[in-house]
Parts: sequence; C-alpha cells; structure tokens
Amino acid sequence: MSHATGEKYLKNGVLPHMWCSGCGVGVMLGALVRAFEELDYRNSDIVVVTGIGCTGKADDYLTTNALHATHGRALPHATGIKAFNPRLQVVVLMGDGDSVTIGGNHFIHAARRNIDVTAIVVNNFNYGMTGGQVSGTTPGDSLTSTTAWGNPERDIDICALAEVAGANYVARETTFHGWELKEHIKEAMIKRGFSLVEVFSPCPTHFGRNNAMAEPREMLDWLKEKGLPRERYEQLNAEEKRGHFVIGKLVDRDAPDFNTRYEEIRARATKG
Amino acid sequence: MQGNQAMTEGAIYAGARFYAGYPITPSSEVAEICSRVMPKIGGIYLQMEDEIASIAAVVGASLAGAKAFTATSGPGFSLMQENLGLAVMGEVPCVVINVQRSGPSTGLATKPAQSDIMQLRWGRHGDQMVIALCPATVRECFELAVRAFNLAEKFRIPVILAPDEIVGHMRENFAVPEPGELEVIDRRGPSGPVDRYRPFAADGDGIAPLAAYGGDYVFHVTSSMHGPDGYSNNDPANAAWRVEQLHRKIERHLDEIVMTRRYDTDDMDVLLVTVGATTRSGRAAALEARRRGIKAGVLQLLTVWPFPDREVAALAERVRSVIVPEMNYSGQIAGEVQRVLGGGTDIRKVNSYNGQIITPQDILKAIVADSPCGPI
Ligand SMILES: Cc1ncc(C[n+]2csc(CCOP(=O)(O)OP(=O)(O)O)c2C)c(N)n1
Ligand code: SF4
Repeated sequence: MSHATGEKYLKNGVLPHMWCSGCGVGVMLGALVRAFEELDYRNSDIVVVTGIGCTGKADDYLTTNALHATHGRALPHATGIKAFNPRLQVVVLMGDGDSVTIGGNHFIHAARRNIDVTAIVVNNFNYGMTGGQVSGTTPGDSLTSTTAWGNPERDIDICALAEVAGANYVARETTFHGWELKEHIKEAMIKRGFSLVEVFSPCPTHFGRNNAMAEPREMLDWLKEKGLPRERYEQLNAEEKRGHFVIGKLVDRDAPDFNTRYEEIRARATKG
Repeated sequence: MQGNQAMTEGAIYAGARFYAGYPITPSSEVAEICSRVMPKIGGIYLQMEDEIASIAAVVGASLAGAKAFTATSGPGFSLMQENLGLAVMGEVPCVVINVQRSGPSTGLATKPAQSDIMQLRWGRHGDQMVIALCPATVRECFELAVRAFNLAEKFRIPVILAPDEIVGHMRENFAVPEPGELEVIDRRGPSGPVDRYRPFAADGDGIAPLAAYGGDYVFHVTSSMHGPDGYSNNDPANAAWRVEQLHRKIERHLDEIVMTRRYDTDDMDVLLVTVGATTRSGRAAALEARRRGIKAGVLQLLTVWPFPDREVAALAERVRSVIVPEMNYSGQIAGEVQRVLGGGTDIRKVNSYNGQIITPQDILKAIVADSPCGPI
C-alpha cells in the first residue's frame, strides 16, 4: 500500500520551514496534508484559514486556498467563507493563544453556531511566536517569560469548552501520536458541523526551556507518558489523574450544522 | 423610505448577498432588513458575536465570492478597524456602513455626529487608504450604497458608507431605481492559465483580478506583507511596491472615485463645504443668504476620502470666504479644507457637538457675520 505524503499540498521551495527543531507545529502540518491526500481533496476545494503565531504560519507552506487572518480572528473569517460557500472544506489552524485566549469568544460562538469547519488547535501552553509568554492554556504555576515566579492563573480545557459550546466533534492528540492525529483530523473533516482537534505540542524553545524540558525529546516524552486513552485514564485514582490527560475522540454527535439550519430558514422565508 | 433602509436596498440592488453584523443604534435597521430579505434571495444573514467577527465574516465571504457588507456605528466601527486593515492589505472588496453617532465612547448613543471623519481615514494602523462616502438624502443613501459596492469591487478595497444618524433615520420619498437603471459593477475575475494566477499582480490600472475560493483558481491571501503571488514576502523592495500600489490604485482614479455636488456655485462670494445632514442646513442657509443679497454656494462632499482636494481648491479660489459647518468639535473637515487651501485662506468653522443638528440659522449667522456689510 502506498503511503500518503501529502506532497501535492505543500509548496516547493519554501521548505525547510521556519519552526524550531523539536517544534510540534510541523507534525500537525504533516498530519493535515496526509489527511487531505487520504481523503482525496483537491487543492481548490480546501481553504485553510490561519491565525497569527508559529502555528498560524503554516499556510506559508500550503498550495491550497488560504487566508492568513488576524490574531484570534481566524474562526469568524472561516465562518464567512463556509456560510457563503458550503461546498468548501474549511480548516482553521490556530495556536492556543489564537483559539481560546484572544479568540476565545469566537471559539465559543463558532462551536455554538455549529459552523461546519474543522478547527485544529496546536496547544503548546504558551505564546510561541512572541517569546513564550503566558497563555490561557498555561498550567497554573508554570514558568513563562511573563510568569517568572509561576503562573497565578489556571488553564482552560479547550476540548471541554468546545463540548459545552456545542461542537459536533472533539478529539485530542499529541504530536507524539502522529498517525492517530491524522486519523482524527480526517474524522473531523468528514464530520458535518463544528469540529475540533486539539494537538498538545512541544515548544522546546520557550515552554520547554522555561519548565525544565529544554531538550525537544523531553517534552515529547512528557506528552507520550501523560496522554492516555479515556479507558486507561478512567482507571486512575484522583491523585494519579492529576498531570495526566485524555487523548482520542472525546465528542461525536450530529446536531445540524449552521448551513443545514440556514437552508431550513431559507425555505421558511421563501414560503412565508 | 428611511435612510438606513435605502442603503440596505441599494446594497441588495448592487448584488450584496452576504450580511454579517452586530446590532447597534442607529444602524440596526440595516441588520433587521437583511435578516428578513437575505434568506429570500439566496443570501446569508449572520448575526455575529461582535463587530470584530462581523467584519471578519464579511472578509471571508467576500473571498468566497460574495458581495458582502456590514453595518455599525461608533463603538462597533472602532472594533472593526483591525480586520478592515486586513481587507486593505488583502485587497478584499467589502462595504461597511458606519452610521455616525455622538461620542466619545458610548457618548450620546442615539444622537447624530460627524465626528468619525478622521477615523474613517486613519482608523487603522499602518500605511493604508480606504474610500469613504457620505450621503445627505435618502436617495443618496441608495445611490451611494450602489456606488460603494461598485468602487469596492472595482478597486478591491473596503468602502465605508458613513451617513450621520440624521440621514440614517431620515424618511423621504424617492423613486427606487429600476433594475438596470444604475450601473452595477461586478468583480473582475482572472482569465489566464490556472497555474499562473497571481492575486496581487497589479496590471496597468494598479488592480489585480480577484478569484473566489472554490473556483478553479487557487489562491492565498494574507494579512502579512506579501508578493504578487499572495505568499508572505519580507523583501524591502517588495514591501515598498505593495504600500505604493495600495495607494496608487486609488490616487490614479480620483476622477472616478471623488464625487461632489455643487449648489449655486456659479457666482458666489461665500462657499460652504458640507457633508451629510449639514448639507441640508447649508443649502437652506445659502438660499436665505442669497435672498439677503449675499452670494453663497455649497460644495457637498459625497466622497470624503480620498478628500476632494481639487474640487475644494477650484471653488475656494473664487470666493471671499469659506465656511465649514460640521457636527464635531475638532473641525475635522475644516482641517482638511485648510490643508488644501493653505494658511492664507481664512476658514470659518461652525460646529455642533452636543448631538444637535446644525441649523440653517447657525450657518446663516456665520455667513452674515462674514459679509462686508456686517450683520444685517
Ligand atoms: C491583536 C494582536 N495582539 C498581539 C499580537 C502579537 N502576537 C502574535 S502571535 C501571538 C501569540 C501566539 O501564540 P499562539 O496563538 O498560542 O500561537 P503559537 O505561536 O504558540 O503557535 C501574539 C500575542 C498580534 N499579532 N495581534
Ligand atoms: S517558538 Fe515554540 S512554537 Fe514557535 S517554532 Fe519554536 S518551538 Fe515551535
């Protein structure tokens, strides 16, 4: 069996990429283009919308349609695209800052609206691009360039947020689990309605270095050890659960997406 | 028909099929009408979570091929600025209606003002330019809405349609143009080989054709500095070319973009320069002045940005004095008129900034005070 490389979605000439060695963003991009290939999408059918950050730079390497938008605002741009042309496959690439910190309100409402886009969030627990500052997903007490004495705030669980806000599909993977990541991205893209794939990812340059995991390997080991499928996670006692997190598919449901609902409204409006 | 309704109907006449917005007085009628009409005509209405998202959705829909617009007022217009900058940078056609209300901040939320004139021009960071239009009548609301889309689509630029609250909420009768009566310009798409399409390769006119997501032409748009192919590009020469091109595509077409109206300007000693509702008071004042023997005329700026430098200069040359009535404290239009005319010309300002209209009497006083015969 031939192996998907995703090459036809990648721009020649701009590789090697900008990401630091050991960074997880490229792993996400690799999984994404392989998923495109395995689903046999044409470049012209896809629009990749990106936010601003190391993750947001991913569109530079793509030959699909793309919109590199503003920090935190990728989702509402994607909403306009998908609402107007429902035939497009719209994928939104964001960091944790983009998606749930500056862009948290859009994230909630994109999920609530159940707009049929696939959000892929590379969660590296800090603001990679701007030098490793604290983010809404930085765990309490962690060190960042703006929490030198430890983070006094708590982190938000992106997947749980997507679930309560109404997402049809939610999965979490890590960059250690590349194959599973690709599979979940495929499921998310096929799923109608808002879907989220959160990718726990190393940022050795900032979050790793600030938190005693400066070697790229160390953060990857951490992700590998701490990420557990739900069945295994549930077997842990409360004490053991702390520090671990669930990976795999977390939500899978079929509430009608925005465009389906809007078609119903159109039918009502033209009748009435 | 109401001004806000006329702008909405004008937008639809021009082919607008996507509206995303967030309610705010005194613009909400636009949203309400769109919510009812869009589903009937194959369009989309979206009430977004805020104005940042509204203009973002408009930009997205436009790139997917829609003639797209939003409507807002002061606080919401402030929130839109960053993504309007993206529309400038990405050369994304779109129309924003900003029904000007009194500020700062929440201000007199339902009262009129003309105090966003500078924000229309400079609201966004960085070197950039947009087009801004100000109607004074309900008919102009309709006609300028059509023009706004025409200019946006032709020049790949955000166009801001900025009536004051008085005009937005004013009701007047007018004959709605029949289909075909007003010119409607559609976006120019690419035509060459698919693999050669470069979405920012400006042609002789300074504008590149724009494809739509989902068609045969695959393309990149970015808020970052980019080359003709739409991919990020940090080369200084390229950056300079881009910034120049974003300005020149407008500067080269001022004849097409700058619109003014003249009233009684053939023989005059006093020139009133007006926008929006103030035009109405200005015209009444000028007529009354003529009755009293003072030759006054009015230059109405339908296009406020790019500022009608040539038109103002040409008329001001012929008069003894220039009066600029406007509904703001700072004299935002007067400052531009002064810039155009230079320090030598004395410009008289008539300002209101209490949410009340400038009356013909207010303006007449200034005209008369300026007359060589002194107060009559
Ligand atoms: C409105 C705005 N505020 C701040 C910034 C600066 N900025 C750029 S990227 C970024 C954070 C990026 O973090 P994240 O979204 O987590 O992505 P990462 O770089 O970690 O992939 C910030 C604060 C910006 N570009 N725009
Ligand atoms: S700073 Fe962090 S997120 Fe950014 S490229 Fe480097 S490792 Fe990746």
